[in-house]
Amino acid sequence: MTATTTQPTLLRRALSLPQAKIGLTLTVVVVGVAVLGPWVGPWLTGHDTTGFAGKPFQPGGIAGTDGLGRDVFTRFLSGGLTLLVYAVLATALGLVLGAVLGMLAGYSGGRLDSLIMRGSDVLLSFPQLVFALLAIAMIGPEGWLLVLVIGVTHAPRVARVARQATVAVKDADFIRAARMYAMPRRRILLREVLPNITGPLMVELGLRLTYSIGYVASLSFLGLGIQPPTADWGLMINENRIALVVEPWGVLLPVLAIAVLTVGTNLITDSLASAASGTSNTGKPNTAKEASA
Amino acid sequence: MTAPATVTHTLLARELRVDTATGHPVLKGVSYEIAPGEVLALVGESGSGKTTAGLAALGHFRRGLIHTGGGVSVQSDDGEPVSVLEVGDRQRRSLRGSTVAYIPQDPAASLNPALRIGKQIGEVLETHGYGASAAERSTRIAEVLGEVGLPDDEAYRRRYPHELSGGQQQRVGIAMAFACRPNVVVLDEPTTGLDVTTQTLVLRTISALTTEHDTAALYITHDLAVVATIAHRVAVLRRGEVVECGSTEEVLRAPAHAYTRELVTAVPHLDGTGATDTSGSGRSTPGSSTPGATESGAAGASAADMEVAGDAEHTPVLSVSGLSVAYGEHRVLRDVSLDVRAGECLMLLGESGSGKTTLSQCVAGLGLPHAGTVSVSGTPLAASTQRRTAEQLRSVQYVFQSPYSSLNPRKTIAQSVELPLRTLTDLDAAARRERVTETLERVRLDPALAGRLPDELSGGQRQRAAIARGLVTTPDVLLCDEVTSALDVSVQATIVDLLCELRRELGMAMLFVTHNIALARHVADRIAVLRGGEVVESGTVGEVLDSPSHEYTRELLANTPRM
Repeated sequence: MTATTTQPTLLRRALSLPQAKIGLTLTVVVVGVAVLGPWVGPWLTGHDTTGFAGKPFQPGGIAGTDGLGRDVFTRFLSGGLTLLVYAVLATALGLVLGAVLGMLAGYSGGRLDSLIMRGSDVLLSFPQLVFALLAIAMIGPEGWLLVLVIGVTHAPRVARVARQATVAVKDADFIRAARMYAMPRRRILLREVLPNITGPLMVELGLRLTYSIGYVASLSFLGLGIQPPTADWGLMINENRIALVVEPWGVLLPVLAIAVLTVGTNLITDSLASAASGTSNTGKPNTAKEASA
Repeated sequence: MTAPATVTHTLLARELRVDTATGHPVLKGVSYEIAPGEVLALVGESGSGKTTAGLAALGHFRRGLIHTGGGVSVQSDDGEPVSVLEVGDRQRRSLRGSTVAYIPQDPAASLNPALRIGKQIGEVLETHGYGASAAERSTRIAEVLGEVGLPDDEAYRRRYPHELSGGQQQRVGIAMAFACRPNVVVLDEPTTGLDVTTQTLVLRTISALTTEHDTAALYITHDLAVVATIAHRVAVLRRGEVVECGSTEEVLRAPAHAYTRELVTAVPHLDGTGATDTSGSGRSTPGSSTPGATESGAAGASAADMEVAGDAEHTPVLSVSGLSVAYGEHRVLRDVSLDVRAGECLMLLGESGSGKTTLSQCVAGLGLPHAGTVSVSGTPLAASTQRRTAEQLRSVQYVFQSPYSSLNPRKTIAQSVELPLRTLTDLDAAARRERVTETLERVRLDPALAGRLPDELSGGQRQRAAIARGLVTTPDVLLCDEVTSALDVSVQATIVDLLCELRRELGMAMLFVTHNIALARHVADRIAVLRGGEVVESGTVGEVLDSPSHEYTRELLANTPRM
């Protein structure tokens, strides 16, 4: 219930910035294509994603055919949804995991803090993509694994931010007051700390979403993410890159979509960051502060 | 004290107008002038524009403020007036420090912690090309340190700021400002944050220097008692306008403007007039029984409350005995013992570092592990709130110093006030809501504000909400930790009034922790003076103020500025 009073104000402040409006428009367009595409595509072009539409790499239809003679535009329209769902799930997992660990570490301090943060340092020392490659090489290219691996590698990055923000508010008087009223730690974290660190967490959310999109697309491109014959943007880039000169749409359309989406979410993140930085202080500066112990 | 008669003014501000970027006026045509050797106090509450008006003399406006009209002229060294706001950036920079100097509020923050103090003063001289050689500058550094009453030897100049006390740091700040013999100094609340004894020293230093060098001083402050001590003339600012300007004597003794009168009467006095009996217009005789309240007065107040047991005056509600706390080697509290009875208010008086906050936090259960016992109504309490029962937690409540940080900025007032009821009682939602409304009315806060966030309330309203949170569980002991020090003086008075009334209405015991001895007669029945972790003197307010037995108390009383 506390979140309902904070998020609209932060969002509204962020959305009043022009760059946020541009970012939102770009994101909505790409998300719209990805969500509606699988239904609209076959109806619009008359082909389905795996059916043969003609000879390979021919200019027929809206965007021609791919290496196996499938309709590129239909596959483009259908190829975004899985990517988006995976990216969103991985971001959500990373954010929740990271926020919980970070708040716990920041609020508790001491041994638990060291344990959590040093543990996440170990995880941070692996490059995210290499870690994902390792896990997929061992277990296989499963959807849940993709989400899990990307989510888990996000967690320590989010945890650092959450911990820092928690440390900044944990000694505020209102938290001490809650402690004085014997509020259990879980509720202090949820009710008193979390609403006051939504700003940095929102920024992390945007940033991690952007990264997630990139990782899922990269892994698919490398053939370790979403598997053929499923239509997928990352996969399409790989499949069609050999014909880039002859029939460029098979590469250009997915590249464009991923780029626009990434730029869009980044613009939103930036405006969230600048909106949040305007309210990072918990109170008005005390101009009349006097001698105190 | 009268200003030397002159025809020319060293500093002259004419019709200054400043707006925020959004067009909201901050200064609406402010004028003031200062003669050589004169101290003009710029007085106002937070948001009155006093700092903006003062910093304009340096040609500086905070980010987001736009200068829309008027000008400031300063007499330069060759006697010609220079218009600070019109000259170029380069010339303005060279004026600052040499002709117009600034002494900021927080000395610790304004000194570079990595530079030795001698070097820092030397830098100012070097920047402004003072003196022909290093030797000459070195002589000047020694001289100016002597002028502000600090040792001028080489060893002292090689110290770092952290090796100095707060008062010494502020005097180094003053030395830096006076190093180039400026014609004008702007002082921005330079003694806020200093102990009264140190404050007296610093004020004397400033007075002596301005008189000696014929420097015009602009003293920005909210503290009228300090104004009475140092200023020749006063300009009272309110919402960006000078409502009254005149000699200190005139303005403080016979204020012409209603707002000035309000400010002057709100200042707490050692002899008990002011604050409690004048600020509240037509309220029920606040404070009339407090001044010089005796043992019988306190007992009478508690007896009037029917809920308090009949023998309340014999058994203390809050009893602290043999309390000792140490941070490692440093002992913050040494064997402190206190008793507070029902309906009684004990003022715990101490300066920064005396351990007064540690003591009150130990009572509230927020402190470190300690030796000794804290008991409420005869039951000893555990050191940490986690091991206290809900009933014990309910009976002791704590009101924090700053209402700006004690309320969760993301929760509505009602949610914050409801918090102790949720965790400490088993009332249902409807009963809780009713209790919250009732308590908000009790602290004279419009229940319509209950749905607001703290940001949407004024400082005084927030502190009322914080007090409501303390009272909502009807505690037996209310701990007030410097509750007035973050508030404007007129708001301070109303909060003090409120606490006095509530104590009388509810018959609870109150521990009022403060550094301001002037509040004593307004709130307390008894005083305990804390110094270096020890209670050096305790007794009724009358006894302690009229015939202090400890030297430290006498010193405090002597150094407290009076109007």
